[in-house]
Amino acid sequence: MYVSPIREPLIRGNKNYSQVTKDILSPMAGKPSKYWYMGIALAGAAALMGAWASYETVFNGIGTWGLNKTIGWAWDITNFVWWVGIGHAGTFISAILLLFRQKWRTSINRSAEAMTLIAIACAGFFPLIHMGRLLLGFFIFPYPNTRDLWVNFNSPLLWDVFAISTYFAVSLIFWYVGLIPDIGTVRDKATNKIRKAIYGFLSFGWTGSARHWSRHETISLVLAGLAAPLVLSVHTIVSFDFATSVIPGWHTTIFPPYFVSGAIFSGFAMVLTLLIVARKALHLEDYITVNHIESMNKIIILTGSIVGIAYLTEFFMAWYSGVEYETYAFFNRAFGPYAWAYWIMMTCNVITPQLFWFKKIRTSLVATFIISIFVNIGMWFERFVIVVTSLHRDYLPSSWTMYKPTLVEVGLYVGTLGLFFTLFLLFIRVFPVIAIAEVKSVLKSSGENQKHAHHE
Amino acid sequence: MNKFITAYYNDEEDLLKGIKMMKSNGVEPLDVLTPFPVHGLDKALGLKRSRLTRVAFVGGVVGGLVGFFFQAWVFTKAYPLNFGGKPFFAVPSFMPVTFEMTVLFAAFAMVIAFFVHNKLGPGAKPVIHDERVTDDRFLLVFDIWEKDEKEVSNIQMALTNAGAQGIQLKA
Repeated sequence: MYVSPIREPLIRGNKNYSQVTKDILSPMAGKPSKYWYMGIALAGAAALMGAWASYETVFNGIGTWGLNKTIGWAWDITNFVWWVGIGHAGTFISAILLLFRQKWRTSINRSAEAMTLIAIACAGFFPLIHMGRLLLGFFIFPYPNTRDLWVNFNSPLLWDVFAISTYFAVSLIFWYVGLIPDIGTVRDKATNKIRKAIYGFLSFGWTGSARHWSRHETISLVLAGLAAPLVLSVHTIVSFDFATSVIPGWHTTIFPPYFVSGAIFSGFAMVLTLLIVARKALHLEDYITVNHIESMNKIIILTGSIVGIAYLTEFFMAWYSGVEYETYAFFNRAFGPYAWAYWIMMTCNVITPQLFWFKKIRTSLVATFIISIFVNIGMWFERFVIVVTSLHRDYLPSSWTMYKPTLVEVGLYVGTLGLFFTLFLLFIRVFPVIAIAEVKSVLKSSGENQKHAHHE
Repeated sequence: MNKFITAYYNDEEDLLKGIKMMKSNGVEPLDVLTPFPVHGLDKALGLKRSRLTRVAFVGGVVGGLVGFFFQAWVFTKAYPLNFGGKPFFAVPSFMPVTFEMTVLFAAFAMVIAFFVHNKLGPGAKPVIHDERVTDDRFLLVFDIWEKDEKEVSNIQMALTNAGAQGIQLKA
């Protein structure tokens, strides 16, 4: 295959296939480093705080939250939308970039998709806990019951149930099918009997047969084709939760594309935050290169700009529509009591990512890391602004009020962050963080030494 | 027990050339085991295009129909509820669930078919000819059960001529 000589290699160093295997499996070998233990202790502590907050919520009810009659939705839905959004990058990388034949995805798709699964699990926690009675969570599914009642298929909240569960299930099988050949590698490299048996079981008996590979390629492509519209549909449906209501600031047709690009924007930011640390800690700098970081930063500029335009469009339409409630809702966002949240959102989502237009900044790891955290913060505030500022002053001025989270709500959020990092840290010890077979398949065309005489 | 001859290459390009050469000598491997999908290998081995896409299509159609008609049945027959005077048979609002069910059924049907067809699954006990297949070796496997000595030596000769390494007879 012809590859332009001026194109930078995707994988650095003169690697051969067995070197690739060795490098990528190395984070799983031996005892974890002390940083890993420190990380998991910190994340575990945060998860414990979440456990305490869940206990408070379940046993004392959601009265322990800062919600009131006017603001019935706040941190719970904010966190839910934020987490779902973070999940979107993984599917975008593994599905949409696969359909576009972007080879650079091979170094980051595995970990990004693991992130997707963990993020959806964190997201799903919020709708469950906000019901107050966890045990009745299954009421959201249509199942035959003695009351002869079904769920409301006209409600976007019910569509969410289908969208999120389908998204999780399809992402899981997509991820696992891609993982099977690599689990085979782990199995064959294992020296310990128990380890070999466990990975042998998980590898589903993978042998690397040409027939299996041929079918594997086919289903990967079709799964990507299915996951691509799926990922777009998920945040579209999440945005319907707001858009189909009659609250000023929510009732806008721009929401689906605006939410989807915001989701990909925040997802890539989280991928960057994690991978900039992970590549260093796991010594995978040859695989996740500055090129990969730069490519992701370009997606951040694109999606960040779409989000910025959406903010301005919303503002313009609020004025242009001539609807006084709508106009007030937006005026109140920018200059009302929650203006600080609005301006944090504007700064972090619209202004700072534009710095990536400078090549120096988008190829700098430190700058990227800092800006990616800004984006994470900004996107959290975006959801907070949409949810809380729209609700706290709607049609009836006599009901206007303010909202403040309680420690329990903060605890739930911190808890999901803890859960996220705990599971991610476990993931890097249990499965290869980079798709070994996929990296090998692009090694020749995109490796540092395109024609190397290896295996001597 | 089956009897096999195995031999390997260290590079996928040599593998493709080797297979071509062997084919011209009238020898074809039972299977080729590779660490990653080698492009052009399906063609070299004459593998047909997978029909798993059709399974996905059928799964998707079934999922879509189930999703759509279930909602229609619930809202028009089983328990019609009036939501603000909106129509009972509200096609647009059935679409999200119909779409999700289409994707869900298509994906699961295809992946299940993939596992069943390949005989892969938890607890499958594969014959592992060479542990380096999942690392850096491209292994050719020949079935020599029910083959006489002449045919066996024919295969071995073809392999040597095609530059394959580590030719082994496994009983």
